[in-house]
Amino acid sequence: MEKLKYALFTGCTAKQSTPEQMMSTMAVADKLGIELIELTEASCCGASHLQDYDDFLSLVLNARNIAYAEKHGLTMVTICNTCQLNTAMTKHRLDNNAELKEKVNEKLAEVGLEYKGTSAVTHFLYAIIDDFGLDKLKEMVVTPLSQFNIAPFYGCHNIRPSELQNETHKSKENPYNPTSLDDLIIACGGETVDYEQKNKCCGFHVELQAPHTAAVLTGNAIAGAMDGNADWMVTPCPLCHLKLDTQTAHASEAIGRDVELPVLHMQQMVGLALGCTPAELGLKHHLAKVDFV
Amino acid sequence: MSTEHKITTQKVNFKVFRFNADEDYLPYYENYDMEVTSEEVVLDILNRIKWDHDGSFSYRRSCRHGICGACAIKVNGRSTLACKESMNDMVELFGNELVIEPLSKKRVIKDMIIDKADFWEKHDAVTPYLVAEIDENPESENLVSPEDAEKLDEADLCIQCGACHYACPAVEINEDFFGPAAFAAAYRFSADVRDNSQSRLADVNEEKQGVWDCVKCFECAEACPKDINPIGKITKLHQMAFQEGIAKNNVAVRHAVGFKKSIMKNGVLDEGGLVLYSEGPAIVKHLPVAFKMFTKGKIVPPWGITKSDNLDEIQKLVKSSSTAKF
Repeated sequence: MEKLKYALFTGCTAKQSTPEQMMSTMAVADKLGIELIELTEASCCGASHLQDYDDFLSLVLNARNIAYAEKHGLTMVTICNTCQLNTAMTKHRLDNNAELKEKVNEKLAEVGLEYKGTSAVTHFLYAIIDDFGLDKLKEMVVTPLSQFNIAPFYGCHNIRPSELQNETHKSKENPYNPTSLDDLIIACGGETVDYEQKNKCCGFHVELQAPHTAAVLTGNAIAGAMDGNADWMVTPCPLCHLKLDTQTAHASEAIGRDVELPVLHMQQMVGLALGCTPAELGLKHHLAKVDFV
Repeated sequence: MSTEHKITTQKVNFKVFRFNADEDYLPYYENYDMEVTSEEVVLDILNRIKWDHDGSFSYRRSCRHGICGACAIKVNGRSTLACKESMNDMVELFGNELVIEPLSKKRVIKDMIIDKADFWEKHDAVTPYLVAEIDENPESENLVSPEDAEKLDEADLCIQCGACHYACPAVEINEDFFGPAAFAAAYRFSADVRDNSQSRLADVNEEKQGVWDCVKCFECAEACPKDINPIGKITKLHQMAFQEGIAKNNVAVRHAVGFKKSIMKNGVLDEGGLVLYSEGPAIVKHLPVAFKMFTKGKIVPPWGITKSDNLDEIQKLVKSSSTAKF
């Protein structure tokens, strides 16, 4: 098989509050022999909040990010569900509306760029599943995670709106019964935990404006995983990770029950199975202690 | 030339939610094994349960054409209009074991029938009608151009079935939150060129019940049987608040605006700076968690942020492409 190569859109979080996500992405890519060219020119995707304020500006900025992936002639790979949503949504709107695409390109021309629509945009989770292949991953596992019950937490923006997601990814995901992350857990040798909140919202996006709603959602998610006998949780989204890992005190208070579980990034889980060291995966950067390694 | 239309049958196990608020202490599930044909919709199954198995089974139905909104229920957690949803599609999506439940288990009166009072109260609260001076003796029709009609973005197709409202996690937690259906209705009338309401947009921007508490989960977009995309309307209401100059200087609004400021400065986000700008002095409540994060190497100070390469491009585009003001 030809070596897989992608343009990596890191998003902002991987460079600031979840450094372990950046470390584990690079470590896993290295183990799998996937080449990632980092788009250092990329801006923030707007995280769905800039979109509430200035829709056109968010389109221009996201189109610019994709244009850089196009310059490399590569598929863009994201490592954050919300980056994935905003980038794929931009691509969908521009590819289906010639007038809008022209307007955006008029702006991009001011800085010598053009959005063509030639690069696909996919999340690293789906790059591993759809392009690399779980069978091949299974063969490379050196430390099967067989003693662990692992609770998948999908994160909204990878599974909804399903129409957009299924147009974007080769894996067709049922948002009411998603399977990609479960399949990845199984490929790493782990046992998956089925629980009600696995495809629900973590509350991240309203943490500042609706803290009670946000905390209850976080609390319910962790409680659901705990009640399913999970040893730890795993997520493909750094924003879900931040919420589940750092906001346990508020979450416990909001739902009247002490909740806490180690939460791993999808890349960290794969890295453990592939024999990466805890240091390579940045496991010391978690608030909820990862004490099982 | 005729295409052969073949009707197939398959065995399906239905696990059906049962509860009578007048008699039962707890709800329970009744099992029904049935042969289902590829021609049937979910409502056919509800009818057969009532007509062939248990006459006391209760549910709402009326038009059978997907326009009255009475028969919305949940199948395997997915909101669905029973009269519109084909059994074939349900089996394809979830397999041969289907769980039939009401839209909201905590609001059940009997079986599939729920008390939708909260839905209607919230719908009423957004002035869901045109507010306009009516000329009692018009000399011509009040025409709306196709371009202006487009602005409604199909929000007028809502049938008030409640599917999105009872799929919304923010509604479940915050009883005051208006919810996606009410916001879609608010958008539908606010976007209408004939409307002159002075209060509707202000109402939906109120902090306790308003549009800024949407958690952005897209459950409503997924649930809507009419593909109205309620969260898209919520986004448009956010944008309207800025366009109409009624966006309040509060944490939610500053949070949206803060992204642009941060992008202008760094290309990427300054996470700490964004929280500071959004919260103002109230940032102190985040300090205990921020301190813990700092000890784990999760806080990058403003001077440590790696700015985007070619930042001048981003700054030029922010200046030339901005369409909103605050």
